[in-house]
Amino acid sequence: MALMATRMAFGHELIEIAKTREDFVVCNADTKTCGLEKFGTYFPEREFSFGIAEQNLVGGSAGLASCGNKVFLATFAVFASMRACEQVRTFICYPNLNVTIIGTHAGLQVGGDGATHAAIEDVSIMRAFPNMTVIQPSDAVSARAAAHAAVDFKGPLYIRLHRNPVADIHNPDTYQFEIGKSYPILDYGKDLTMFVSGILLKKAMDAAELLRERGVGVRVVDMPTIKPLDRAAVLQAAGETGAIMTIEDHTIYGGLGSAVAEVVCQECPVPMAIVGIQDRFGESGDPELLYRDNGMDVDSIVSKAMALAARKH
Amino acid sequence: MNRNYFTGQDVRRLEEKTLDIRHDVLNMIYRAKAGHPGGSLSAAEIVTALYFHVMNIDPNRPDDPDRDRFVLSKGHACPVLYSALAERGFFDKKELDTLRQYHSILQGHPDMNKVPGLDMTTGSLGNGLSVAVGMALSGRMKGQDYMTYVLLGDGECQEGMVWEAAMAASHHRLKNLIAIVDCNGVQINGWVNDILRVEPFADKWRAFGWAVIEIDGHDMRQVLTALHDARTMRCPTVILARTVKGKGVSFMEDNSAWHGAAPNAEQLAQAMREIEEGAD
Repeated sequence: MALMATRMAFGHELIEIAKTREDFVVCNADTKTCGLEKFGTYFPEREFSFGIAEQNLVGGSAGLASCGNKVFLATFAVFASMRACEQVRTFICYPNLNVTIIGTHAGLQVGGDGATHAAIEDVSIMRAFPNMTVIQPSDAVSARAAAHAAVDFKGPLYIRLHRNPVADIHNPDTYQFEIGKSYPILDYGKDLTMFVSGILLKKAMDAAELLRERGVGVRVVDMPTIKPLDRAAVLQAAGETGAIMTIEDHTIYGGLGSAVAEVVCQECPVPMAIVGIQDRFGESGDPELLYRDNGMDVDSIVSKAMALAARKH
Repeated sequence: MNRNYFTGQDVRRLEEKTLDIRHDVLNMIYRAKAGHPGGSLSAAEIVTALYFHVMNIDPNRPDDPDRDRFVLSKGHACPVLYSALAERGFFDKKELDTLRQYHSILQGHPDMNKVPGLDMTTGSLGNGLSVAVGMALSGRMKGQDYMTYVLLGDGECQEGMVWEAAMAASHHRLKNLIAIVDCNGVQINGWVNDILRVEPFADKWRAFGWAVIEIDGHDMRQVLTALHDARTMRCPTVILARTVKGKGVSFMEDNSAWHGAAPNAEQLAQAMREIEEGAD
């Protein structure tokens, strides 16, 4: 199976879309390493370079959007969410402008670049802004589909993409991306539901297989939209499986786990487990080692799921 | 009236209009019991020249895609902009009485989705020039000939993002972008050049690839001439307008205490008298 990074799939698809649709522009800050490298070659009139200056990138995008343009801006997730945090909040979210922020190099999957470049808290930040929608594809298929959804979307949108190649999970022939919708992937029983956002989906699926062998029936649901959350899916999972685990390549504070817990604790209290980065910064190294250190590898997910299922009784 | 030149009659008309604007500013802030009179009064001539002579705008078509754009980067000076928009007919002057009140269209800092004719939400300093760069890029991309004007404060230029935007504007050769800096020399805590020196200011802008015009920002003739000349440049132009914070009210002039304070009834009456007397 071909491997493809979500960032490359998204950017390449955006270029394809741009060949038939003229109603969007791209703003970049040198770090447009998301498959959009050639956008300016094909569409020089529709690409604007802001250099290594992310605050100005976001402010300039706001200006372009205020004149009726749909704007895509691309940079690393750490810089989009933190270097230009206030510009995103006050000049895109507050005026509710039609800007899609492509944040790449998310989470520990960044590996060797280390803590400075691994965005582990970007979802917490972006999710806190009124008017903002937050999505995170799990593979190249959903990333391509998200590109189409993003072009048609109106308003502030944050798309979180990963750096390294991952295997396809969704079927490209049948997959339709809809913002706000979750996607059931596996259904092996009613012991617990795993909600996953992003490229750890494969780990959840592998864990579900191992758990099935051990007699624990797990449902796996892909949750590409973190805000607005598919509340109905969470309520259904709580009602039908009685326990919920969240899995994400992001800090355990403020991301998918928190978003799901906000629904669970207020509307359908059931035992929960939040799998993610353990309130610590990333570091250089093989992402698989970093995942293991943070209890995000398949074995850790299996043992946390066993413990969670046991708490139901 | 022709926007491309001005007559002595235009100058007199605009100078008279600044009296209305200054009255509005003081009344609004007095009623709201809060606001920023100093930086509003220093910008009165600049904003009046733009909204009553220079800019191609139509109160009946506030969303006209071909209109000139204005970004008040020093968003705290919004009373002067609100007054200009109301006096120009973009909304009812009665709204001016609601500054900073619950559910008012006139927020403490400008909200583009609430105020007809307001082109950009601002308030956080240092951001407006970037937004104006985006507006100018859009105009050029779409082959529109509108100008984008942005008003900054000199203290505001301590923000690094201003210089990111300055670099981008000259890189992209945005001759459809005109920045005006209201150089009143005072920020919240005192003199700009005591708190963090921005001089040599003109040299900084020139080094960033801008044409620089230096004027007395309270001389209407100079303001109009500079705005006219700036439109003929082949690169982005900045007008450094030397002004007096709190201009027209003796106890507010050059006084950082009036950066963000409202006058009481007695002070308001004196301020109104002084503005009338200054006009004679």
